[in-house]
Amino acid sequence: MTAWRITLRLLRRDWRSGEIYLLAAALVLTVAAITAVGFFTDRVERTMARQGSELIAADLAIQASSAPPAGWADEAGRRGLASARALEFRSVILAEEGARLVQIRAVDPQYPLRGRLRVRDRLEGPERAVAGGPPAGEVWLEPRLLRLLGLQMGDPLGLGESELRIGAILSHEPDQGGNPFNLAPRVLMNRADLAATGLITPAARATHRLLIAGDWEAIAGFRRWAEPRLPPNTAILEPSDARPEFASAVDRASRFLHLATLVTLLVAGSAIALASHRLVEHQIDAVAIMRCLGAPRHLLMRVFILRLGLLGLVASLVGCLLGWIGQLGLAAALADWFRADLPPASLAPITVGVATGMVTLLGFAVPPLLQLGRVTPLRALRRDLGTPRAPAALTLAAAGLALALLIVWQANDFALAWKLLAGVLGTLVTLILLVLGLVRIAGRLAARTRGVWRLGLAALARRPTGAILQIAGFGIGILALLLLAVVRVDLLRTWQETLPEGAPNYFLINVQPREVEPLAAFLSEQGFGETELFPMIRGRLIRVNARAVQPADYPDPRAERLVTREFNLSYADTPQIDNRVVAGTWWPDAEAPPQFSVEQGVAETLGIELGDLLTFWVSGHEVQGPVTSLREVQWDSFNVNFFVTATPSLLAGEAATFITSFYLPPDRSGLIPELVRRFPSVTPLDVDAILGQVREVIDRGVLAVEYVFLFTLAAGLLVMHAGIQASLEERKAEHGILRTLGAGRRALLGSLAVEFTVAGLLAGLLASCFAEATGWVLAEQLFGLEFDLNPSLWAVGVFGSAFLIGLAGTLATYPLVIRPPLQTLRRAN
Amino acid sequence: MSVPMAQTVSKAIGLGKHLNGPAGGLTILEQLDLEVQAGEAVAILGASGSGKSTLLGLLAGLDEATKGEVWLCGQRIGDLDEDGRAELRSGRVGFVFQNFQLLPTLTARENILLPLELTGTPGAARRAADALERVGLTARADHYPRQLSGGEQQRVAIARACAPRPAVLFADEPTGNLDQVTGKQIVDLLLDLRHDTGAALVMVTHDPRLAERCDRRLQMDGGRLEPLA
Repeated sequence: MTAWRITLRLLRRDWRSGEIYLLAAALVLTVAAITAVGFFTDRVERTMARQGSELIAADLAIQASSAPPAGWADEAGRRGLASARALEFRSVILAEEGARLVQIRAVDPQYPLRGRLRVRDRLEGPERAVAGGPPAGEVWLEPRLLRLLGLQMGDPLGLGESELRIGAILSHEPDQGGNPFNLAPRVLMNRADLAATGLITPAARATHRLLIAGDWEAIAGFRRWAEPRLPPNTAILEPSDARPEFASAVDRASRFLHLATLVTLLVAGSAIALASHRLVEHQIDAVAIMRCLGAPRHLLMRVFILRLGLLGLVASLVGCLLGWIGQLGLAAALADWFRADLPPASLAPITVGVATGMVTLLGFAVPPLLQLGRVTPLRALRRDLGTPRAPAALTLAAAGLALALLIVWQANDFALAWKLLAGVLGTLVTLILLVLGLVRIAGRLAARTRGVWRLGLAALARRPTGAILQIAGFGIGILALLLLAVVRVDLLRTWQETLPEGAPNYFLINVQPREVEPLAAFLSEQGFGETELFPMIRGRLIRVNARAVQPADYPDPRAERLVTREFNLSYADTPQIDNRVVAGTWWPDAEAPPQFSVEQGVAETLGIELGDLLTFWVSGHEVQGPVTSLREVQWDSFNVNFFVTATPSLLAGEAATFITSFYLPPDRSGLIPELVRRFPSVTPLDVDAILGQVREVIDRGVLAVEYVFLFTLAAGLLVMHAGIQASLEERKAEHGILRTLGAGRRALLGSLAVEFTVAGLLAGLLASCFAEATGWVLAEQLFGLEFDLNPSLWAVGVFGSAFLIGLAGTLATYPLVIRPPLQTLRRAN
Repeated sequence: MSVPMAQTVSKAIGLGKHLNGPAGGLTILEQLDLEVQAGEAVAILGASGSGKSTLLGLLAGLDEATKGEVWLCGQRIGDLDEDGRAELRSGRVGFVFQNFQLLPTLTARENILLPLELTGTPGAARRAADALERVGLTARADHYPRQLSGGEQQRVAIARACAPRPAVLFADEPTGNLDQVTGKQIVDLLLDLRHDTGAALVMVTHDPRLAERCDRRLQMDGGRLEPLA
């Protein structure tokens, strides 16, 4: 009870006296940043996933080779979820001008559950979005099918035993991206008409999908319910399964957001450390007196821990509230960017926010607090006993541990967490050593200078510990600002440039070998320059080493799907420009013996390693070779890429079709009918819609990351403020004495300007080095982006920092200089 | 060893304090003996650096001796750890320091309340108010130390020391930071309050006039105490 009573009184008095403002502000900011990002990413990720849902036309799909189990749609309904069924199969349609193999999709009227179908009423007419699939009695066809069969809107079309009317020209299906290399033209019909066609018998080969959409939690609940009940050859599809390039963009956006949060956490953590240090310094005399008056150590420690705990709790809750308001502001500002309303924020980030606040406080504030336990009561009699210091190893270990915990927790990504933590600790140690060296140099320079320079430089050298804390604080603050620039200007721009304006928006597939040269020549004549065409050979993976590949052996649904379908294999002399060999080596030339290069992600999914012997079934026989390299593929480049590439020696003799991609500007859309006429077997695929979706994700991601970095900016300013405040106390007595000895205001102001400008210069120099290094590590190691050194960053970093800190420091200490010396001395005592 | 301490509130037997510094060993106190009876006022005089404050710290259990024994309120200090010594001081020992040592973030009233709260004394608020009244600062109860003059700060410190009604008061140069007139007022107050509470007073000072007002005067010289006439 005594401890609680004293704690509450002291906390109230702390607040009144303003002792804890800085610590409270740093904590509030940390928690506000974490929770704002938490609330916001929670909502944005759900929205992004939902918009990704358009790629499978649902939030979740159950895909099987037979009808989905009876009762699953009802189960979804019971959970408040919408459902629709879709069935896809190949068949032949009959028209007056002949028959054609087509890919038919029969859907319920409520299809698609996510995204919109877009249709045209005539071939060159405007596109319009429609709310559902075709009504009964109608079919919607791809434009090329109308051209191939010479059909018109309203014409009858024979499908099995029934005849349906052409009701619209199908220009976009949201989930078409799921299989862009489908060769057959597409037809959409109502599922109610299917029975009459007589095309679907129990033995017919068809892909069934049960599409499900609705509330996020309910979807997760349905997924948990369905997983243990999945029949064989049935898989659960999620939006990220739809297209790797979309998943890649979402993944990067998410990484950037977490990174921004972590940087805020690190910077605000530094402010907390500085503020705690200052708070503890102020408490040492009080502790000595209280010990004199008979307070046992355990009581005082309990009082301080309770004080910090209560402060942490209140500050964390205030931070949560600010975080919530912060994300509301962002959501309102970005309302136009999201086609759908953002789902409401869940309360989970509050727990995360409070826990983060407490862990940060524990890691950064407790080690300085432990000093208080070592204060001897004798200090009340003898001030010369000095200040007990917490062991440096303990301080670093506690901060490191807290950081590790928070980073792993926040990032949920061990690679990112480990690299960031190693970087931070390395930076900290290097920073301390460098500052120590630079301070010594400043001390030597002081001896050779005179006037304000001598006073200013000597002030830096006289307090090495204070200078280290201060310059490290300034350095971290400036680093936060520069990182903002690095991420904003360099990393985000590089990310946006992965999908430049001219990114390929058309794929030409099914190009016959004899058409390769004429097609390349045609595209060149049309002003598209040299177009590279890549061979594509269908092959099924049948063995890895001696082990036969059975779908049932792969519990991962993605792996199971990969091995049940045919791979698109290719061969090449050199890797493509957006491929990077990450393990093994690429073959030296076209004559190299048979071998394979496998995309890293697919290798991981299928458990394929370097040296494994792969056997594919291609055109009725086996082709075999070892895996000699693994590649990282930049899927969101929209260039043609392959999971598995072989040496020409292995596949050049096989029957192949060719594929290419190119950018068709909107004003050249007339080229496609001309191309189809000249090369009738070539299938053009328009991926503009998908490209647009990915680009939108990137743009939104960039905006969100910039917003989150505003918190980092605030934390950076706070840490710099803490750095200035840290030295303010020490200066009071010193300035009083200097003024008494006759130092003029101008000389003192000059020395302050020199001291802070030099500190800013050193901090800026160090921060620029670390910002570039961090930028490089983040770009190259974590995001797989190219990174170039930015000379302007150095200029801004070094000179901007010297100016900013010189000005801010001088202004902050100005009251000390103008105050009468007696008043300053009295306050200092 | 058992020492009869019925009337003795503070006792040092063969006390020694030796420090190892960068320039070699330094003996501050050597074979020092002292006994202070309940209600007695003892002045310790000596030049700067003679070890007066060190002795005060040892007698109050703020520091550990390198030799000898210290007894405080019937308890041998050497048997206690630092927390035990703090508990022994709690409510039994009052301090008055040269530089007042008030907590800057607490008002005058709150500074006086602090030792009472630490001991969980019932009626702490009433006792603090009484103590403030006794030192004539009721009107300045809610002022912070920085808003008080040096003399007023020392009066608050005396009220804080006496409010728990201690058995012994330790005063370290209580007038050292004050002018002569104020210093005299402070000493008057200190002695009056000591008389009211019946506490013993051990006062370190270099002012012979101040020392003369105590029951007994001792001179610190060469690490030992010699009685003065």
